[in-house]
Amino acid sequence: MIRVVLPQHLRTLAHVGAEVQVDVPGKVTQHSILDAIEVQYPMLRGTIRDHVTLQRRPFLRFFACGEDLSHESPDAPVPDAVVAGTEPFLIIGAIAGG
Amino acid sequence: MSGVRVLVGTRKGAFILTSDGKREKWNVSGPHFAGWEIYHLKGSPVDPNRIYASQTSGWFGQVLQRSDDGGKTWIQPGTPPGEQTGPGGMPKGESNKFFYDVSKETGKPLTTHQWYDGTQHPWEFKRVWHLEPSLTEHDTVYAGVEDAAIFRSKDGGKTWHELSGLRGHGTGPKWQPGAGGMCLHTILIDPKNPKRIFIAISAAGAFRTDDGGSTWRPINKGLNSPFLPDPTAEVGHCVHHIAFNGSRPDTLFMQKHWDVMRSDNGGDSWHEVSGNLPTDFGFVIDVHAHEPETIYVVPIKSDSEHFVPDGKLRVYRSKTGGNEWEELSKGLPQQDCYVNVLRDAMAVDSLDTCGIYFGTSGGQVYCSPDAGSNWKPIVRDLPGVLSVEVQTLR
Repeated sequence: MIRVVLPQHLRTLAHVGAEVQVDVPGKVTQHSILDAIEVQYPMLRGTIRDHVTLQRRPFLRFFACGEDLSHESPDAPVPDAVVAGTEPFLIIGAIAGG
Repeated sequence: MSGVRVLVGTRKGAFILTSDGKREKWNVSGPHFAGWEIYHLKGSPVDPNRIYASQTSGWFGQVLQRSDDGGKTWIQPGTPPGEQTGPGGMPKGESNKFFYDVSKETGKPLTTHQWYDGTQHPWEFKRVWHLEPSLTEHDTVYAGVEDAAIFRSKDGGKTWHELSGLRGHGTGPKWQPGAGGMCLHTILIDPKNPKRIFIAISAAGAFRTDDGGSTWRPINKGLNSPFLPDPTAEVGHCVHHIAFNGSRPDTLFMQKHWDVMRSDNGGDSWHEVSGNLPTDFGFVIDVHAHEPETIYVVPIKSDSEHFVPDGKLRVYRSKTGGNEWEELSKGLPQQDCYVNVLRDAMAVDSLDTCGIYFGTSGGQVYCSPDAGSNWKPIVRDLPGVLSVEVQTLR
């Protein structure tokens, strides 16, 4: 199982806690993790990435294992520790506002 | 037992204020969707327990919420198990999917509109500004969005389809965003002829359909906007809000960027009725529920100073359909007050003594249970108010 940490507002929207777990069949990439998230939590479709282009929303970032993966290819493999479930895949909202 | 339910959208959540017909004691529920901007909530005239809410965020985009129990619980249409409609029985989760219609069958090519610097800019969906449930059909609801377009859902908000005849009717390249964005913020459905719908866009102007949304035409004759190269152009006017009394849907009242206007022929032509207002800049305008010639505005100092003049919060009422205005200030702050009242933040109930409501950028929501003569705050310290609607419950 892949561990995913959601930002506060999306936890509220999906009625879940900070961390969720999803089963990702096949190659584990940003793309396949988000596919699994959107199947399990359809209310999150369109909130993390665009409905059609599947581009990451501009004020969100993807982190894992102390690295910013936001500009990696969405189809590139994520770190082994995420695949093994020892480290979470983090979806982070930009810090802004007052 | 009659009562009212006031639906308040704020910068940090939604609030529902309820009272009996006396409108003296209030119950406050919220924040719903805490932390999210709620541009608008509106209840269905067909089923008052059905309420739609536009929840939006610069981070996470547009979310559409619906309540079927008067605001106690909320769902995103299409996502609960009972509403699984996608392939293989999976939830579709498409209630937040607003795509401009570019299909061959019903759509229009996605053209450009005028940007702030005068160049052309592609249409991009940003958020839902206004939700208008059908007056007669339980599951039909309209959405006015930014960048300006009108969408319709016939399944209670699960899926949306653009009425592209508006965006694509031909004048789109001359539309331009106001300071708040290029938003379609007003939708009025004619109760005597549901195929006639009026809408307004900042900054394009007012438009009307007479065939249920297939074709549209600008209705801006008589408007004068000195900021335009041609002040009387067919489109480009910054209309802030339009209101009517449902018993006389051909008589429309408009608060424009500057100028309060009136039409007596369904928008075919307009004339100014600002009269003795201290300033005719403002955002809201509304009409008494039982007196079609009694109208309300909240004058704002100017387009560069978006607060009430002289530090005094005053509603102005005309009982003559405009031109002759009286100041209403009893119960409202009359010193050191510098709030704004946004375009969708005034509403009227339809109890025997018509109640008037408005919300401010300072988080106050005021009620006058006697048509404007006396005011009291229902709440004083909400986040900045974006919209106020009221349901009269009988």
